[in-house]
Amino acid sequence: MKHLTEPAYIRWTLIIVALLFLGLFLILPLVAVFTEAFRQGAGVFVASITDEETLSAVKLTLLVAAISVPVNVTFGIAAAWAIAKFSFRGKNVLLTLIDLPFAVSPVIAGLIFVLLFGSQGVAAPLLAAWDFKIIFAVPGIVLATTFVTFPFVARELIPVMEAQGRDEEEAAVSLGASGWKTFLRVTLPNVKWGLLYGVILCNARAMGEFGAVSVVSGHIRGMTNTLPLHVEILYNEYQFAAAFAVATLLAALALVTLILKSLIEWKTERQAKLDEEQHYDVTGERAG
Amino acid sequence: MSIEVVNITKSYKSFTALKNVNLHIPEGELVALLGPSGSGKTTLLRLIAGLEQPQEGSILFHGEDNTNRDVRERQVGFVFQHYALFRHMNIFDNIAFGLSVRSRKTRPSKEEISEKVHSLLKLVQLEGLAHRYPSQLSGGQRQRVALARALAVEPKFLLLDEPFGALDTKVRQELRRWLRHLHGKLGLTILFVTHDQEEAMELADQVVVMNEGRVEQVGSPEEIYHHPANPFVYSFLGRVNLFHGRIQNGKIKLGEAEFETDWKDKAVEAPAVGYMRPHDVEISLRPSEGKSARSVQAVINHISLLGPIVRLDLKRLDTDEVFEAEMSRQRFLELNVEEQSIVNVTLHNVSIYVESQPLQTHPPALVPLQASV
Repeated sequence: MKHLTEPAYIRWTLIIVALLFLGLFLILPLVAVFTEAFRQGAGVFVASITDEETLSAVKLTLLVAAISVPVNVTFGIAAAWAIAKFSFRGKNVLLTLIDLPFAVSPVIAGLIFVLLFGSQGVAAPLLAAWDFKIIFAVPGIVLATTFVTFPFVARELIPVMEAQGRDEEEAAVSLGASGWKTFLRVTLPNVKWGLLYGVILCNARAMGEFGAVSVVSGHIRGMTNTLPLHVEILYNEYQFAAAFAVATLLAALALVTLILKSLIEWKTERQAKLDEEQHYDVTGERAG
Repeated sequence: MSIEVVNITKSYKSFTALKNVNLHIPEGELVALLGPSGSGKTTLLRLIAGLEQPQEGSILFHGEDNTNRDVRERQVGFVFQHYALFRHMNIFDNIAFGLSVRSRKTRPSKEEISEKVHSLLKLVQLEGLAHRYPSQLSGGQRQRVALARALAVEPKFLLLDEPFGALDTKVRQELRRWLRHLHGKLGLTILFVTHDQEEAMELADQVVVMNEGRVEQVGSPEEIYHHPANPFVYSFLGRVNLFHGRIQNGKIKLGEAEFETDWKDKAVEAPAVGYMRPHDVEISLRPSEGKSARSVQAVINHISLLGPIVRLDLKRLDTDEVFEAEMSRQRFLELNVEEQSIVNVTLHNVSIYVESQPLQTHPPALVPLQASV
C-alpha cells in the first residue's frame, strides 16, 4: 500500500498548514479573550462579571433562550415530523421556508421586525392602541432570536427521521396505538440524540445572536441588553478588560456546546452502527 | 375471518397500482399473493390492512364493510418486510406494545401482559431473549419477534409482507415449515406476499397470481401449475420453453410439429404460441414411432450438470428456436449424449395460446386453448 500514501514532506506540510490555520483563527483568539480578561487581575474580572448591568444582560440572554429554544423545538419537531413522515402538496416550499433564516442576513431579519412592529411599522397603530411595545423591548429580541434560530432543530431532525422511514410508525398504528402515543413512544425515542444535538446548536445561537438582536433591541442598558450587545457596549467605551471578561462567558458557552456536541456525535455514531447491523446483518443467523 | 376485496382500484399520481381487483379469501386459509415486483401485491396487502386508502371499491371482513375504518380499528396483524421492530425497546416491550398502548379501560394488567408476552415468546421459541434488543438478534429471530408482536393483539387475521425475503435459504426453509405449523396450530387466516413461486407453492393453500395490478389467476398450487390460465401465469411459475407457430384448419403447427385441437373456427388462421416445461421435453436417440407428428430434431448446444438433474440447451433444426430440456442424471447417463449431438425431441404437455386478432384497437388478447396432445 506504500504507493498509495503521499510522501512524508507533503503530509507534514499539509498537517502543519492545517494546525497553523487552526491556531491562528481558533486557538489564538480564544487565548486572547482569556488573557485580556485577566490583564488587570482577577479582581477586575470578578467585578465586571458581577456588575449589575452584566447580570441583567445574563438574565435577559437566559430569558430569551428559555423562550425561543422551546418554541423552536416545538415547531422544529412538528415541521420535521410533517416533512419526513407524510407526503403533501407544498412540501418543498415548506423545506425552503425553513431554510430562509439561514439564507438572509440577521440584520435584515431584524429590520423585518422593525418594519412590521416599529413606530412607523405596519402594525404600529394596533400596538399603540394596546400599549404594547415590541421593538426596543424584550418581545422584539425574542422574536428576532426565534426567527434566526428557527432552522436548527428542524434541519437536524429531518434527515434522521427520513432515514428511519415510516415502518415503525406504521407498525405502531397497526397495533392500535394512537397518533400521539406513536409519536411519544416510537418517533421521539428514535430521534432523541438528533433532537438534543439540534437543541444545543439552537441554544448556542440563541445566546450568541448579535446582528438581528442589535437592530431590534435599542441597546437600553439593564433593560434590552443581551450578553453579546453588552460586550460591544463595554468595548466601545474602552473598558477592554470588562468587555473581555464578559466575552469569556460566551466563550465558555461555546466550549461547553462543543463538548456536548462531540459527546452526542459519539453517541449517535454508536447508535447508527447498531442500526446498520440491524439493517444489513439480517441474513446471518448469529449464535445466541 | 374471511376477507373480501371488491372492485379495488388504487393509483398513485401517474401510476395505477391496482385495477379493479376482486378477491375472496376464505376463513382459516393460508393464502399467497404471488407476483413480480411492481405487480401490486404489497399495495393490496396494505389496502387490506388499512395502511393505504383505495380510490374505488371496498374491503369487507366477514361481510362487514371496513373500507373507511382506520388501521387502528381493523385489528389486523401486519408483519413488515424489514420487521419494523421498535429499535429502542427490548423484545419484551416490543411484543407488549400493542397491549400497553391501549386506553386504561381496555388495557390488561401488568401481570396479564407479562403472562401473554411470555406465552408468545414460548410460541415463537424465543424464551430467554425477552431482555435483548432487536439489534442483538439474527434475522430469523427478528422475524419471529415481529410475528409475536402482531399476534399479541389477537388480530382477526395475519398479513405478512415478503416474510422471508431478507433471510438466507436455510433459515427461510426452517421458517416456512414453522409458519405452516403455526397456521395449523392457530387456525388463523394468513395472507402473505411473495415473489418466490417456490415459497408460494410450498406454503399456501391458495395462490393468487398477480401481474400489473391485476389478479391473473386464483387457485391451489396444483391448479395454477398444471392449468395456468394464461401465458403470464405459465411462465411465472417455473422455467418455460416458448415455440411460435400458427393455427391452421384447426391444427396447430409449431415448425414441423403438429398438434390436433378442438378449436372450432376452422376458417381462422392466426399466430399461436406453445408453452412447455423443460421437464416435459422427451429426448431420444432414434425417432419414436407413432408420435412423429410431435417430434422434431434438435442439436445440443450446452450441457449443465446440476447435481440430481441435468439441463440441456437445445436448438431446433427446423425453426432454429432455442429451448431447454431437463432430465434426471440417470436418464442422461443412459442417453450418453454430448454437446453438438443431434437428438430426437418429443414435445409433451404443450399449452397453446392463440393470439386472436380482434378488429378493435385493443391489444391482442391471448385466448387459452386446450390442445389435444
